Amino acid sequence: MANRIELRVKRYHPENDQEPWFESYAVPLRKEWVILDALNYIKDHLDGSLTFRWSCRMGVCGSCGMDVNGVPKLACATFLTDCAPGPVRVEPLKNFPILRDLVVDISDFLVKLADAKPWIIRKVEKPLEEEYLQTPEQVDAYKQFSMCINCMLCYAACPVYGLDPLFSGPAAIALAQRYNMDSRDQGAGIRMDILSQHEGIWGCTFVGECTKVCPKHVDPAGAIQQYKVTSSIEWLKSLVLPRGAE
Amino acid sequence: MLHPTEYVPKSYHPRVSTYWWLGRWAYAKFILREISSIFVAWVVVTTLLQVRALKAGPAAYAQFQAWLATPWVLVLNAISLFFVVFHAVTWFNLAPKAMVVRMRGKRLPAAAIAAPNYAAWVVVSATVLWILLRG
Repeated sequence: MANRIELRVKRYHPENDQEPWFESYAVPLRKEWVILDALNYIKDHLDGSLTFRWSCRMGVCGSCGMDVNGVPKLACATFLTDCAPGPVRVEPLKNFPILRDLVVDISDFLVKLADAKPWIIRKVEKPLEEEYLQTPEQVDAYKQFSMCINCMLCYAACPVYGLDPLFSGPAAIALAQRYNMDSRDQGAGIRMDILSQHEGIWGCTFVGECTKVCPKHVDPAGAIQQYKVTSSIEWLKSLVLPRGAE
Repeated sequence: MLHPTEYVPKSYHPRVSTYWWLGRWAYAKFILREISSIFVAWVVVTTLLQVRALKAGPAAYAQFQAWLATPWVLVLNAISLFFVVFHAVTWFNLAPKAMVVRMRGKRLPAAAIAAPNYAAWVVVSATVLWILLRG
């Protein structure tokens, strides 16, 4: 095995650059190293100006999402040896404005996430002394969608979001579905008004790449298609029973 | 609290290329699946024309059959067959994503949802083949 590997990292410094450019770095190729280790090596030993987000180093925080050889990945979960012999192309997540080097502007996602109301909505709260009990089956109904770490790899993989920035996007819809499927939640109707719009679930053309790149196996594509079925049934119900659909 | 859209620093907005779907096979496959709908529509139109010719009498039907045998229609129908099969296979493979069936508290695996779709397809195709070959 060669003892070094080349990383071609996309650079962009807003104060000097009109558009991004690539810079190459040779880093040690160690079998226990991931892309994030290589980037930290560059920052510590080769170029302190390289900018990227990271925090937990263990696939939990969702901060270090970036494009590795054109595919959205968590830099902390992508081994250098899997990219050997290189060169490895490291770019900021697609479909987001680039702020600096590998750091993207996630404001749009934050707004869409809040719009999906990813929290438990109750019509009437129980008194504090009472508990909201759930059976294992009820937990199982939403658990997969609750694994989302907001890493936005799904947005980078989604061509619909790239072409139509108004689209709510995979993670926001999957998280809305996470709360819709929760037996303690009563906010499905409120979320339906937002997500049944054209820019919501109906914007999705089911490319399915969001599910493939998800590091936590959330299956946002599945969530959106299931939401489409629910939304269609609700629409039919409102046609047949215009006054008493609930 | 500052709303996330209130502070807007200078940033680079990459443009999505018209040929974005050529970069990855998964994207190209998706575009092929979308294009397949044109060929599905073509098969529907051909079938409707066939029914019309059938209604118009033996002479019109013979003329329709002669048109079907022309080289360009043969080539187009061969391509259409490929796309219609591609459309059906990808559709059946996607069905388990939209359908969540639970039995005894557990979600049925994807294969258990896709298999009945394929089985129904085989049964319908076999029935059509039997009707055609019988005559």
